Amino acid sequence: MEWYLPLIWALVIGFAVAMYVVLDGFDLGIGILFPFAESEKERDQMMNTVAPFWDGNETWLVLGGAGLLVAFPVAYAILMPAFYLPVTLMLLGLVLRGVSFEFRWIAKSSKYFWNAAFAGGSATAGFMQGVIVGGMVSGVAVQGTQYAGGSFDWFTPFNLMCGVAMLAGYALLGATWLVMKTEGPVAEHARKQAMLALYAVLFFMAAVSLWTPIEHPRIAERWFKLPNFFFFWPVPFVTALLSFLCWHWLRARNDYLPFLSAIGLFFMGYSGLVISNFPYLVPPVLDIWQTAGVPASQLFALMGALLMLPVLIGYTVFIYWVFRGKLKEGEGYH
Amino acid sequence: MDIDPLLLARIQFAFTITFHIIFPTFTIGLSAYIATLEVMWLYSGREHYHRLARYWTKIFAVSFAMGVVSGIVLSYQFGTNWSRFSEFAGNVIGPLMGYEVLTAFFLEATFLGIMLFGWDRVPKPLHVFSCIAVAAGTLMSAFWILAANSWMHTPQGHAIQNGIAVPVDWLQIIFNPSFPYRFAHMTTAAYLTTSFVVLAVGARYLLAGKFPDEAKTMLRMGVGFAAIVAPLQLFIGDQHGLNTLKHQPIKVAAMEAHWDGSKPGALVLFAWPDEKNERNLYEISIPYGASLILTHSTTGLFPGLKSVPPEERPPVKSVFFSFRIMVGIGLFMIASSILGAFLWWRRKLFDTRWYLLPMQHTWPLGFIAVVAGWFVTEQGRQPWLVQGIFRTAEGISPVAGGLVLSTLIAYVVVYAIVFSMGIYYINRLIVKGPVVGEGGKVSTGVPNRPMSAASESRS
Ligand code: HDD
Ligand code: HEM
Ligand code: HEM
Repeated sequence: MEWYLPLIWALVIGFAVAMYVVLDGFDLGIGILFPFAESEKERDQMMNTVAPFWDGNETWLVLGGAGLLVAFPVAYAILMPAFYLPVTLMLLGLVLRGVSFEFRWIAKSSKYFWNAAFAGGSATAGFMQGVIVGGMVSGVAVQGTQYAGGSFDWFTPFNLMCGVAMLAGYALLGATWLVMKTEGPVAEHARKQAMLALYAVLFFMAAVSLWTPIEHPRIAERWFKLPNFFFFWPVPFVTALLSFLCWHWLRARNDYLPFLSAIGLFFMGYSGLVISNFPYLVPPVLDIWQTAGVPASQLFALMGALLMLPVLIGYTVFIYWVFRGKLKEGEGYH
Repeated sequence: MDIDPLLLARIQFAFTITFHIIFPTFTIGLSAYIATLEVMWLYSGREHYHRLARYWTKIFAVSFAMGVVSGIVLSYQFGTNWSRFSEFAGNVIGPLMGYEVLTAFFLEATFLGIMLFGWDRVPKPLHVFSCIAVAAGTLMSAFWILAANSWMHTPQGHAIQNGIAVPVDWLQIIFNPSFPYRFAHMTTAAYLTTSFVVLAVGARYLLAGKFPDEAKTMLRMGVGFAAIVAPLQLFIGDQHGLNTLKHQPIKVAAMEAHWDGSKPGALVLFAWPDEKNERNLYEISIPYGASLILTHSTTGLFPGLKSVPPEERPPVKSVFFSFRIMVGIGLFMIASSILGAFLWWRRKLFDTRWYLLPMQHTWPLGFIAVVAGWFVTEQGRQPWLVQGIFRTAEGISPVAGGLVLSTLIAYVVVYAIVFSMGIYYINRLIVKGPVVGEGGKVSTGVPNRPMSAASESRS
């Protein structure tokens, strides 16, 4: 039990994080693209496409955080102080964006303020999430079971680049979502923006793939060691294929497939992260077994998780189905 | 920078959770109220229930969004500021919070989407069902988080291994001794608070001569509900206190400012506790009163603050005064709602101006009582974080004080903006009232997103 429970939990949390990144990804992406919209009407339409979903999307983040506390309290207790400022700034970004999202509909004279808060909050949250991912690759200073680094250890060029890379990724998800859910000028702009975002994503994926092994010999060894290499080489190959498809489908003016291929691209990036770190949860020293909670806790919570996950997925499908279809200009969910 | 992170982290937690609890208090109560209205609409077919439900849904949307964003902050703060506590207690309270997310948060979030945007997209019964689901979700959320919190006050069902708490019996952990009382007291507090908001808004409209049908319904529902629940809250609170006396006697001593346990306790109406000299200044009290309430005998004894050394005592002044604020508001609520019920019985409720005039301003009372109550509960537990087994000072993260200070300032600034704007917009919605749109149809004032609700009041 002590052997496989942490493994199952790693899968559950990995799933929650993946759900979060995809679902809140396009939602944050819309905030990132917000400043580039040409009129208030377009902004209204962009926001309306995520109106009924954003709360549910963010709940996956809560599940990821709570899941970490449930199953890997030691990792939770090390990672949160290690990323103190990025986490706090992400949370403040989410607060501002969550409410400004709403306040801008009321404010007339100060609408510009809430537009800025929505865009700024979304971008801050996305950027900080990228920094945290970068920090997970870079590793965390640990002594015993407590964080032993400084307040600004996360502030490195590599991590900051990962932040920018995340912005590009979310912008791609957001733009392809708009292609799928809207019509008219918004969809037209989104198609162009998606193309630009796709180039940026490719650039950053290449940059990360080169920079990581150079800066982190620990990871280089993993990637290029012999049996591993045979298993890992499809990752860049599939990534290239998906990027080509995304590019192609955007040009072919397909509505749905660019979004799906963007999701696929995210999964490839995510699998790269997993390949580089697994089974370390607090790289480079503590793995999922060393940071795990006691079996009694993991088991008790796992019963709930396994019972409820299908229900949660059901909820998600249900709400996206109720609000399915394209949103025309000037239309809300009335 | 070497500023003490402990005090700052405590202030930060107290600030962010006080901000948060205001919104759950209202959304727990309001979702139940809206569900009631919709059920009544479904069965009676009367349109003004529908109008009321839609009207309160807009206000609900605004507070719910603020509750969600402030809640997400909290669930991460356990790690950023209280990492040693997370490591110590994570095995016990982590799963409880996990169940909260799994059983409550997703339920709320999903059906909220339908409740706000689904008026014309789903059949009427499904909409009613969604409201009930949201109301049930808020209750389940309260169940789990209060179980976790109560375990920190009256821990049981665990063992300490290698310096961390590990679960032994989950049923004992969840149904720890203070949990049933706290759950009953808190949910009742939420319903009571909401009924005073509804009552106050009804009074405001009646006085202004606006929306008479809706105003009368609100007033009747508010007064009727409060008149039953306010006395009930006194009873639950009393039982809660008796239970606390068994498990956390020093907290009760602080609430009563009772120093010397070798003598029966007086019921202190007012005093200025002097912690240095261990006595009360300017005391006005009813002799033997506290002993009578707590032990049901004028000669009964209960522990005093002096029975533990000063560093083991909670901050007496704050606990003492917060407790009086809460009970004072509780007594006022009982008196005013029973008076209202009496007027209703004499058929004078709707035109007794001297009653309606002050009542229109009573909407904040419940919130103040809730925050005061939490101050009693949480500060009364100090210096412990988990009563008797883990001290607050041990729970802090290894982070620099400067970091905690700067993020505290950031929270204060951001929350101040969000809070003041939120209240401003809710007030705007109330001023606008449950209006009827063109063609006699209820305005499709369905917010495009939770807070855009208030934009309707512009157009
Ligand atoms: C008595 C009830 C109660 C108490 C004591 C708390 N909460 Fe809360 N919380 C709720 C009742 C609630 C709720 C009624 O379920 C909320 C409020 C409004 C809402 O949106 O849901 C909520 C929302 C909410 C959310 C957002 C859920 C979402 O994404 O939909 C989180 C993450 C938390 N809370 C976390 C906490 C934490 C970590 C707390 C303690 C330290 C806490 N809450 C105290
Ligand atoms: C929602 C209503 C709550 C309110 C208003 C509240 C209020 C407070 C206040 C005022 C403090 C500071 C006490 C002091 O330092 O003197 C505090 C501390 C704390 N509370 Fe609560 N609390 C609430 C619920 C909870 C819950 C549900 C939990 C845990 C599951 C919790 C855990 C803590 C922790 C970890 C601290 C920090 C340590 C401390 O300073 O004592 N609280 N709370
Ligand atoms: C009418 C008389 C009341 C009495 C005798 C009473 C009694 C108490 C006691 C003894 C506690 C502390 C329990 C502990 O920490 O162990 C408490 C806490 C609390 N009270 Fe009251 N209370 C009353 C009215 C109210 C009212 C009117 C409200 C709000 C509308 C309220 C809301 C709360 C809350 C939110 C807490 C903190 C959570 C908890 O521990 O239950 N109380 N109350």
